[in-house]
Amino acid sequence: MKIDGDLIKYLESLARIELNEDEEKKVGSEIQDILTYIDMLNELNTDGVEAMSHSFPITNVFRKDEVKPSAPNEDILANAPHKQDTCFVVPKTVE
Amino acid sequence: MSDILNMKALELAQKIKAKEISAVEAVEAVAAAKEAKDLKYNCYTSFNLESAVENAKTVQKKIDSNEDVGLLAGVPIAIKDNICTKGELTTCASKILYNFKPPYNATVIEKLHKNNLVPLGKVNMDEFAMGSTTETSAYGETKNPWDVTKVPGGSSGGAAASVAARESVAALGSDTGGSIRQPCSFCGVTGLKPTYGAVSRYGLIAYASSLDQIGPIAKDTADVAAIFSVICGKDEKDGTSMDTTPFDISDIISSKSLKGKKVGIPSDYFGEGINEEVAKSVMNAAKVLKELGAEVEEFAMPIVKYAIPTYYIIACAEACSNLSRFDGIKYGYSSPNAEMLRDVYIKSRSEGFGMEVKKRIMLGNFVLSSGYYDAYYNKALKVKGLISKAFSEAFEKYDFLLGPVAPTTALKMGEGLSDPLQMYLGDIYTVMINIAGLPSLALPCGFDSSNMPIGMQLIGKPFNEKTILEAGNAFQSATDYHEKMPETV
Repeated sequence: MKIDGDLIKYLESLARIELNEDEEKKVGSEIQDILTYIDMLNELNTDGVEAMSHSFPITNVFRKDEVKPSAPNEDILANAPHKQDTCFVVPKTVE
Repeated sequence: MSDILNMKALELAQKIKAKEISAVEAVEAVAAAKEAKDLKYNCYTSFNLESAVENAKTVQKKIDSNEDVGLLAGVPIAIKDNICTKGELTTCASKILYNFKPPYNATVIEKLHKNNLVPLGKVNMDEFAMGSTTETSAYGETKNPWDVTKVPGGSSGGAAASVAARESVAALGSDTGGSIRQPCSFCGVTGLKPTYGAVSRYGLIAYASSLDQIGPIAKDTADVAAIFSVICGKDEKDGTSMDTTPFDISDIISSKSLKGKKVGIPSDYFGEGINEEVAKSVMNAAKVLKELGAEVEEFAMPIVKYAIPTYYIIACAEACSNLSRFDGIKYGYSSPNAEMLRDVYIKSRSEGFGMEVKKRIMLGNFVLSSGYYDAYYNKALKVKGLISKAFSEAFEKYDFLLGPVAPTTALKMGEGLSDPLQMYLGDIYTVMINIAGLPSLALPCGFDSSNMPIGMQLIGKPFNEKTILEAGNAFQSATDYHEKMPETV
């Protein structure tokens, strides 16, 4: 897999991250190195192998549907960089 | 006072119970050690002595009124800075969480309080636990107490170094691909990566949720077992948590023989890249296990070479999803340079995250993106299946496995970051265990020619920490590597 500048830009936009030119070069070459290494997985035949997401066989975990108080608004908002009343404040998004 | 820091947790708890030492004295001893040494080693990211003293007083009252306070009452314990402590800074050693004070405690913290331990101090780590050297911390690097020109390992480098430097009695770390075991190996201390699910992850700030586990770091296996017994167990707040095989701490402490045990050594753990002195020490440890009565044999595990690629795909994929929550709106750093909503996200993240974190988020986005998902992410999940199968087959023959923790001893500062791929390869013996979800105990088994500690790991069957803890105690009752400490500390 070959990583080029356009792909790095695309990944920046997916990640909501902006890099400067030097950083793009550095990150690009490091991602290239690791992806080249990762490509060795292609040697491995995985036909018929099921993709495994959880290591152990557990099924749905149910609990009783009991009403419990959630954390108070003010506790959750205490860390907000910008807040008003019981809301997070963000820049205006609609006209 | 410095005696207190040289004690094992169980020993200190006994003296507190016997009222030879008070819980407050124990806390103050840790504060004094931190004051005296932390400029040199930089283990701590924050330290709230006041609240710890209050907690210690509460514990002391219970002891004074002869309540049943448990095995480790009054023992101060350092906490990795990615575990939420209510009202106290929890930063993941990242600028993006520089001021974050969680509104709740992680389940493990609740359990520590319930069992009358005293959490004291948050300890340093690689930013968001992404690294093997503790050099990517926004608080600056932690130094290895055995040689301050070397790294302590990572990402739980502050936790392991604080135990080795006698700045903490014990600590909680977290392990996603070796982040408890590798710093234990580099710092000459003992640590457990529990089975996936054995310890609740509620309140552990997620890196890669299918791999992350919290575990204890201490001076020996008995302490690690005692702390694990306090923090383990099913938790309704973590749907992946489960009860693990119960054990009595006396079973672990009295384990001095390995008669009847079958131990496997994956021969592929001794391939290209392993340092000769490390290989020799682990093979010597195999001899000790034999002398203790175990049957030891090597077996082939060719899947080892595919562990690193599989790990970096899965870990980065999960990281890019988990770290999307850091948006500059709900908590933490918010860029003052943003005007539009989209800019709040982009600028806060770009200014708040360090380079290693950005790189892993971007790699994660790549392996999950349309057109590459099957070739990378799905392929990795299939290889995960093969890795799990290789371990299940091994466990049909063996009670536990023995291997090195890392191919080398601690690297020089700066060496790992200058060649990231090489640094990633250093995780080759540890990441597989996370992929398969297994428990693994890391413990010291020797020193190299420059007197740096060498670590080995005992890998167990799922939810059977008991067997490897018993084996670890038997090994440590026959050896004294874990009793050594850095001369300059």
